[in-house]
Order: sequence, then structure tokens, then C-alpha cells
Amino acid sequence: MKVKNLMEKPAFRKFGGIIVLYAVVQLLISVGILNDYYFATIVTIGINVILAVSLNLITGFTGQFSLGHAGFMSIGAYFCAIVTLRVPGIPGFLLGMLAGGAAAAVVGLLVGLPTLRLKGDYLAIATLGMAEIIRIVFQNIEITNGAAGLSNLPKFVNWSWLFLFVAGITVLIVNFLHSSIGRACISIREDEIAAESMGINITRYKVTSFIIGAFCAGIAGALYATYFPIIKPDTFGFAKSVDILVIVVFGGLGSITGSIVGAVVLGLISMLLASWTDLRMVIYAILLIVIMIFRPQGLMGSREFSLAMLKRAGEQLNGLFHKKSKKEEN
Amino acid sequence: MEQFMQQVINGLSLGSIYALIALGYTMVYGIIKLINFAHCDVYMIGAYVGYACMTFLHLGLIPSLCISMLACMILGVVIEKVAYKPLRNATRIAALITAIGVSYLLEYGMMYFVKADVRTYPPLEGILSQSFHIGGVTLKAMQILIVAVTVVLMILLQIIVKKTRIGKAMRATSQDQDAAELMGINVNTTISFTFALGSALAGAAGILVGVYYNSIDPLMGFLPGLKAFVAAVFGGIGVIPGAMIGGYFIGIVETFVSGYGSSMYKDAIVFAILIIVLIVKPSGLLGKATREKV
Repeated sequence: MKVKNLMEKPAFRKFGGIIVLYAVVQLLISVGILNDYYFATIVTIGINVILAVSLNLITGFTGQFSLGHAGFMSIGAYFCAIVTLRVPGIPGFLLGMLAGGAAAAVVGLLVGLPTLRLKGDYLAIATLGMAEIIRIVFQNIEITNGAAGLSNLPKFVNWSWLFLFVAGITVLIVNFLHSSIGRACISIREDEIAAESMGINITRYKVTSFIIGAFCAGIAGALYATYFPIIKPDTFGFAKSVDILVIVVFGGLGSITGSIVGAVVLGLISMLLASWTDLRMVIYAILLIVIMIFRPQGLMGSREFSLAMLKRAGEQLNGLFHKKSKKEEN
Repeated sequence: MEQFMQQVINGLSLGSIYALIALGYTMVYGIIKLINFAHCDVYMIGAYVGYACMTFLHLGLIPSLCISMLACMILGVVIEKVAYKPLRNATRIAALITAIGVSYLLEYGMMYFVKADVRTYPPLEGILSQSFHIGGVTLKAMQILIVAVTVVLMILLQIIVKKTRIGKAMRATSQDQDAAELMGINVNTTISFTFALGSALAGAAGILVGVYYNSIDPLMGFLPGLKAFVAAVFGGIGVIPGAMIGGYFIGIVETFVSGYGSSMYKDAIVFAILIIVLIVKPSGLLGKATREKV
């Protein structure tokens, strides 16, 4: 009975919070407070949440440093766009999402098998090279319309779809991490040699986590291609990969809630800076350096955000107050 | 045959540039294990300093080259002291993100000050603007100059690294930082000196590219920077002769691909080479394979 209570409570809290969030935003949209401009920011944040959470799976939890996440995103976006331009309506949309995710996963497998034997910076550079190759290929083949990109893409994504995909993928990855495969991945991050000597097939789990990450990035790209009307190869260049990595590191490597908080905070910062076009990137760069110098472990470190954490923080604050007041009394 | 020789000559001059940039990457990686993404922007700043010297101060090429190298040297040391030194003991990924931050700062800071427009170098006069025809092969004086300057700088670098005390300190620090410190080597000075050397070479590459291709812009560093890094990895990262060989190899491959095949795919082929090298021999051409200790 006791165990059951413990199991049920956090789950209820989690899902309760998620549903409330959905309802509040839906209400704000239908009342008209959140206009199209704000909604575009929300879509960007949602897509970035998926990208950051999936990169966190690869880099933060499995410990494989990837600098080519935008490459998978571009595959998802292009495959989805090619499908939605040919198959009309919601079936086309769903088929496009599936095609985007599946194509990205296949490329993830093809890239992951040879390159995941590499370690650290070498893997980062190999994935970077892979993403650049993908970008150059999209720039030069006919079906993607070269450097001009595909335009007039049909728009499907509304708040409900976005929410479904973002929440769905986050839950998928959290559950994956709590499974035995997920724990194997975490053990690879902690110590590859120790994990191997415990009988964990390192390559298999690395590639599994890489494929799941690539699949989710493909879905994120497909969402991009079904909300924004134009996709171009340049949108998914090195800068995008870096943006995703920055969100993950800023939020905290190995913290899912950190990635979500990171995506939201950085999304809001970039919205606030949007009016300063000239200095936007300069301020962003300075912020990046300052954050890394003063808090290299990111906002959340590797901890997860929870109500218990808030409670503890509250107690600590309370304790401080009490100490202060005691001192004053003395 | 003539076209072949022509491509070799073009490849050698392009390769010289890559080699100069790759040296900076490889030295910094060798000593603090950081992919210095800001390095390619130091090269860009070098090109702009050279442009300012030649356009506004009307200096000759060689004085401009020296000023540009000096300016980049100072910039490199400042970057190291301000951005990288506080992170010496942080995780590698944090240092890498800082490097990317510095790179963005230089690129977009430059864009803010000099605007994003492409600028053209003043045309060269006298012997440097001439070209020679030797049996159907065109050899520009500029190309000879680029290769000559590169070779002189590389010989200088070799002398510094192999013969001087600070060079010895650099090699010791790159082998084992803690042991070097115990032997009384000032590791901080050595690292700063490494950045100074690498950045000066990047500055030289910047002005040479400006004169050779005639156009510069604030984002010009990104692709050459990546390719130079590929060159460094190809030759074996941390190995100085490796970076030179890698630079020339990548330069020649690139000119051959655009000369005989499709120039659209030249970058893709460079990256494909990178991935193949990494998979077949991750330590690079001249690098030693290190065994992992348990």
C-alpha cells in the first residue's frame, strides 16, 4: 500500500502539471492573448525542447559528444516536406512525420555504426563532418530544390499537435532512460571500460541511443517543416547544431528538466533580443562565455527539477532566515 | 599534364593557407586538448588588420603582414587569458562551448563594427601582380610569395619548437602538464606562448588569403577553419609536421576535386576524407596510437 502511494503520487503530479500547462496555453490562444508571433516562439521552443532532450540522451546520458544534431533535423524536415507536398491533408502530415523520423533514424544507424567507435572530440568532429555532408547534399540535389530550399509548405502544427509531440517524445526518452537499456547507456557514460567488463555491449547501446536521438531530431525537423513555410539547407548548418548543444549544456548535461528549462529560457532570451538585430548575436556570445565561466555545469547540473527540490530550497531559505533572526536577537 | 601541373600549383598555394591555420589548431589542441573554434576568427581578424594596413595606411605587403601577425598574437593571448584560463579545470564540453562563444563574439562583433559587406583588398603593384607562363602553366607571383612565406614561417616555427627553451617547455607541457609543472616549467606562460604562436600564423594566413582571393568578410573564417581542422586531424592532431602535410594534402585534394570533378561537392569530399581518416586511423597520419590504461 505504501509503495503504491509513493508510486502514484509523483506520476499524478507530473501528468497533472502537464495537463494544466496544456489547458492554460490552449485557453490563452483561444482567448487571443497569445497571438501568432508569440505562438511562433512557442513552436520554436517546443522544437528546441525535442532537439535538446534527444541530444541530451546522446551527449548527457550516454556520454557521446555529437556536434551534428542539426543534420538529423534537416533529414527529418526534408523528408517530411517532400511527403506533405505530395500527400494532402492530415494523413500526409502523419506520414511525413513518420517518414522524417524514420529517415533520420536510418541515417543515425548508418552514421553511428562506424563513428561511435571514436571517442570525445574525435566523435564530435566526425558528426560535425557528417552534418556538413548532409547539408551539402541537400544543397546540390534536385528534389530539395538546392540552396533555395522548399517553399509553400502546408501548415499543420497547432498547439495540440505540438504539445502531443513534445510531451510524447519527452516521456518516451524519460521512460527509455529508466529502462534497463537506458541504465546501460548511463553506465557507459560513467565508465566505458567498467561497463564493458560488466558485460554491457557498448557499441550496441551507444548506437541504440544514437538512433533514438536521431529519430527524435527527425521528428523535430518534421515539426519545423510543417509549421514554417520554408526550409533551406542553411537553416540546419553548424550554427543550429551548436544552438542545440548550447541549450543542453546550459540546462545541464544529464538533466532532462534542465534541457526543457534551457530551451525555454534561451528561447525567451532570443525573443527579447529580437528587436536588437545588430547586437543580438554579440550579446548571445557574451552570455555564453560568461555562463560557461561562472557555471560550467549548467543551470541544473545533472539533477532533475522536482517539487521536492523546491521544498528543500524553501527549507534552506527558511533556515537562513531563522539563523539571521537568531543572530539579530543575540 | 599541363592542367595537372596547374592544379598542383593552385593546390600548393591553397594548401599553404590551410597548413598555416592548421598549425594553430594542432598546437593548441596538443597542449590543452581544446578545439579552439575561435582560431578561424583570429584568421579573419588577421585579414581585416592587413586590409586596414594596406588600404588606410598604404603600407606594403610585408610590413602589413608583420603588423597583422603581431595583432593576432596579442588577440590570441587575450582570448586565452580571458576566456579559456578560467576553464582550465572545467569539463571539456564547457571549454568547447566557450570557444564557440568566443568565435561568435569575434564574428558578430566584427560584423557590428565593419558591417557584413564583402571588402576587396587593394590591387598589388610591381612584381607581385605579375604572373609567369612556363610551358602552358600559369604561375602567379602571389602564389610563389604565399608558398615562400609559409615555408619561412614553418622553418621558424620548427626552430622555435625544437631549439629554444620555450619550445622545449611547449613540448614538455603537451606531453604531461603536471610533470612539466613539477620540473619547474611555468605552464601558464607556455600555454599563452602557444596561443601567441598559433594566432600569429593564423594572422599571416588571413592577410595572404586577403591578397590572393581579394575579398574578405566577417564570416570568411568558418569553412577554411573547419577544413584546416580536418587537415590537422588528418596529419595527426598535436603533431606539428602532421599539420603541414595535412594542410597541403587537403589543399591539393580540394583543387583537384574542383578542377576535375564538381566544385559543388569539394567541401563534402573533404569531410568524407575526414570521416574515413578518423575511422581507419583516428590518431592521424603521423600521430602515435595511444593505448588506454585501465
